[in-house]
Amino acid sequence: MSLVQLKHITRVYKSGSLAVEALRGIDLEISEGNFVSIMGASGSGKSTLMNILGCLDKPTSGNYNLAGEDVSTFDKNRLAKIRNRMLGFVFQSFHLLPRTSALENVELPLLYNDDNLSWKEIHKRAREALEIVSLGDRTDHNPNELSGGQQQRVAIARALVSKPKILLADEPTGNLDSRTTLEIVELFQRLNQDGLTIIMVTHEPEIARFSNRIITLRDGLMSSDKSIEPLNARQALKNWKDQEKIQLESEVLS
Amino acid sequence: MKISAVPYVAFKALRRNRMRTILTALGIVIGVAAVITMVGLGQGASAEVQEQVNRLGQNVVLVFPGARQLGGVSIGGGSANTLTTDDARALREEIPEVIAASPEVRSQTLIVFGNRNYQTRVYGQSHDYLQIRQWAVESGRMYTEEEVERSALVAVVGQTIVEEVFEGADPIGETIRVRGVPLTVIGVLERKGMSLMGSVQDDIVIIPYTTAFQRISGRTHAMVINIQVYDEQSMGIAQEKITDLLRERHRLAPYQENDFTVQTQEDVAQTATETSRIMTLLLASIAGVSLFVGGIGIMNVMLVSVTERTREVGLRLAVGARAPDVLFQFLIEAVVLCLLGGIGGIVLGIISTELIATYAGWPALFSTEAMLVAVGVSAVVGVFFGFYPAWKASRLDPIVALRSE
Repeated sequence: MSLVQLKHITRVYKSGSLAVEALRGIDLEISEGNFVSIMGASGSGKSTLMNILGCLDKPTSGNYNLAGEDVSTFDKNRLAKIRNRMLGFVFQSFHLLPRTSALENVELPLLYNDDNLSWKEIHKRAREALEIVSLGDRTDHNPNELSGGQQQRVAIARALVSKPKILLADEPTGNLDSRTTLEIVELFQRLNQDGLTIIMVTHEPEIARFSNRIITLRDGLMSSDKSIEPLNARQALKNWKDQEKIQLESEVLS
Repeated sequence: MKISAVPYVAFKALRRNRMRTILTALGIVIGVAAVITMVGLGQGASAEVQEQVNRLGQNVVLVFPGARQLGGVSIGGGSANTLTTDDARALREEIPEVIAASPEVRSQTLIVFGNRNYQTRVYGQSHDYLQIRQWAVESGRMYTEEEVERSALVAVVGQTIVEEVFEGADPIGETIRVRGVPLTVIGVLERKGMSLMGSVQDDIVIIPYTTAFQRISGRTHAMVINIQVYDEQSMGIAQEKITDLLRERHRLAPYQENDFTVQTQEDVAQTATETSRIMTLLLASIAGVSLFVGGIGIMNVMLVSVTERTREVGLRLAVGARAPDVLFQFLIEAVVLCLLGGIGGIVLGIISTELIATYAGWPALFSTEAMLVAVGVSAVVGVFFGFYPAWKASRLDPIVALRSE
């Protein structure tokens, strides 16, 4: 059985007498361990789809089955619990709390879980999550003391800290330069290889090429769904570094 | 949500905006400090009044001439000439419950000693006046009944006279002149302090009332008769008997009103404490207004804070916070802010009360009760004014909140 199962999902926004159909019937299955890119022009419905997948919004009609549970019937509090336990969010603008250390930012989801973990356990898990994103030595830094790529890695650590089933990334590289983008994508591939399901919204085709399935939306409908052989981000990063090195050397020579 | 994380998160949020937190809390600090100071001074004044009433003497009844009253307390002697020294003697001799009665006559006059002049009050009183007032002589002695009978030229003086006229030297045996009458000082009174009306009671010369009437004041009638009753239980009956006797002596027909006023120290005390209680209430409510204004400041800042932190709220909701978690977080933040203000207010309140008490010479009384009330009130202010912003925050839609700039 698939981890994610959408059956004829629609989402209509009503404002006054005007009704806008953002999603007009999406059928989608994503199995565990997939790395899916969602593409599409702005207004195609990809953000709406992302919000529904992330349990931040509920479909107007249709069913959303997540890990065997029909979450489209859940109330707000149960959805909050699903978000806390099953899902990790990564945003374009990081959404880190300012003047708050990386460690405390990562701890945030654990404060809202019902297991009543000890502070010791909370610190331990947050530190482990930061080590996964290679920021184990930056735990005490505030976001303004970190680079953009580092900030996004803190945000990824925050998404990973409650060991979710799915990582939802909304334009995760939109605010980053090419080199840092490759680093983040390389991290995603690593996490995916360890079994994490990743759903990523992006408008850059070259980024989508690093995933193994590309879904394209148009006018609230799925216009294409292709499985591809992903590019190797580690290799791409290595090539990039070599290129830089060559460029540097040529500059030094000339 | 993890319970111990709630105050922690609140403190963190307040620390992130240190300056704003301090300024906002300042509103509460000042409000609470004002309440504590006002209540402290008010209660000090009440206690002082109570003590002064006690110092008036025990089981004391005062008879004023005339029926004039102001706010329940006769304001005074000399408003009519209806009480005689014979009335005083009759009260003492004919009413068994009355153990002392002293007809009083006061003159504001100059006393002369050597080359020094001093303006003071000279009281004509009977020999048992000090007993009525629970006042003792520090050195020397009080004049006797026999000395009163023969209008002896003797005087007992208060501490202020010793300081001002005799410059601290022992005045016993010295002669002072009052309106040309030489009086030999035979005793010095213990220090008594301020009176109910705020005058220095030690600024006094006491002489036999016979001497005062005949040689000093030129009056013929008593300004007040000070009476001491045997015990507290007899106060009521003694008051009735005093009234009956004086009506009889003054030949008042049943339809005529009393031409005198009988008051006990309880009457005086009640009026005085009532007055100071009303003052305390008034001051405290003015201070309460500033606490209220402080609360509005909290609400304002919390509203701004919620708006500013919309993205933060969105994120918290996204990672699993429920609406009550967000409500609780902002509410606790407001309460913590108010409690910090409350604690600061107590400290500032104590300091300002001490300063006022020291420099203005007013008595002050701290009550832990007032402080607990102040802290309790500031917590309530926090909940009351923090609720609306917190509720607003908890109602945010995570999708909209995350997108806000």
